[in-house]
Amino acid sequence: MTKEEISKKVTEIIVKKLGVTEAEVKPEASYVEDLGADSLDQVELVMEFEDSFSLGEKIPEEEAAKLSTVGSTIDYLVTRLAK
Amino acid sequence: MLMQGKQGLVCGVANKRSIAHAIAKSLHREGAKLAFTYQGDRLKKNVEEIAGELGSKLLYNCDVTKDEDIKKLFEDVKKDLGHLDFLVHAIAFANKDDLEKNFSTTSREGFRVAHDISAYSLIGVSREAAPLMQAHGGSIVTLSYYGAEKVIPGYNVMGVAKASLEASVRYLAADLGQHNIRVNAVSAGPINTLAARGISGFTKILDMTPQKAPLKRNVEVDEVGDAALFMLSSLSRGITGEVLYVDCGYNIVGM
Repeated sequence: MTKEEISKKVTEIIVKKLGVTEAEVKPEASYVEDLGADSLDQVELVMEFEDSFSLGEKIPEEEAAKLSTVGSTIDYLVTRLAK
Repeated sequence: MLMQGKQGLVCGVANKRSIAHAIAKSLHREGAKLAFTYQGDRLKKNVEEIAGELGSKLLYNCDVTKDEDIKKLFEDVKKDLGHLDFLVHAIAFANKDDLEKNFSTTSREGFRVAHDISAYSLIGVSREAAPLMQAHGGSIVTLSYYGAEKVIPGYNVMGVAKASLEASVRYLAADLGQHNIRVNAVSAGPINTLAARGISGFTKILDMTPQKAPLKRNVEVDEVGDAALFMLSSLSRGITGEVLYVDCGYNIVGM
């Protein structure tokens, strides 16, 4: 998967889950501060990413805790999927 | 179909990954009529969607920390359904802090909250459900976890609350048995749910279990759904006060 494809899929998931517009889902956007996510939303998003990208092993808590912005999520997934 | 003509209430669906959802799916497959509770507006939409998929429009808001909410819930259920054949209790909570820090630092308030929501709530809903079950008998199932009896790192105060829950299952079973109401727990192996992800180190538990479990894998949520279905159906009519492990055998292994 290319970074663009990953980015597109991540955006779709966020739009659907948080009910925001595609334009709002910028790389620098913070889930909590810019996209209105609460702590449950954040966990649900992580689980959606795991399922949608068929990650066999789950995203560990210490990694998940770092995924506070859209960009950090995309970068993480690019690295994970390159392995 | 196993549950044809049976009707009951499912408490504790948070989203599609919830164990309560899997139980509801198994019950629906076998012909049961279902009603659901949700906790506050935050989870209403999720539960509404799931209830709709399972052919139910019966939704009730209930905060189990409030006795008046529980009372009102069963008044409403009585109006809408008349009687209950079964009840699913899949409710637990602990403060995030208490699932991360050292167990010895558990606060009095954190201990209270975990026990109130995770254990006392079973007593509360069972008490109010019993009058709706007395005429025909009934079955109540709650969800526990191995951390109730052995130490699971990070499970902390939730393990203590689950121990209290399992003891409550036995005392409720003894009390309500005279009305032909059975009370049992299903102790599921680790399942990737919203609630489980609140436990620090949960992904490690998920990764380590297959190495030790006799079946060499993690349990699937639908397997827990079917085991709960068994406990809620008349197939298990001779069983009460029991904790049924649905964990690929993990609990029998010493090392």
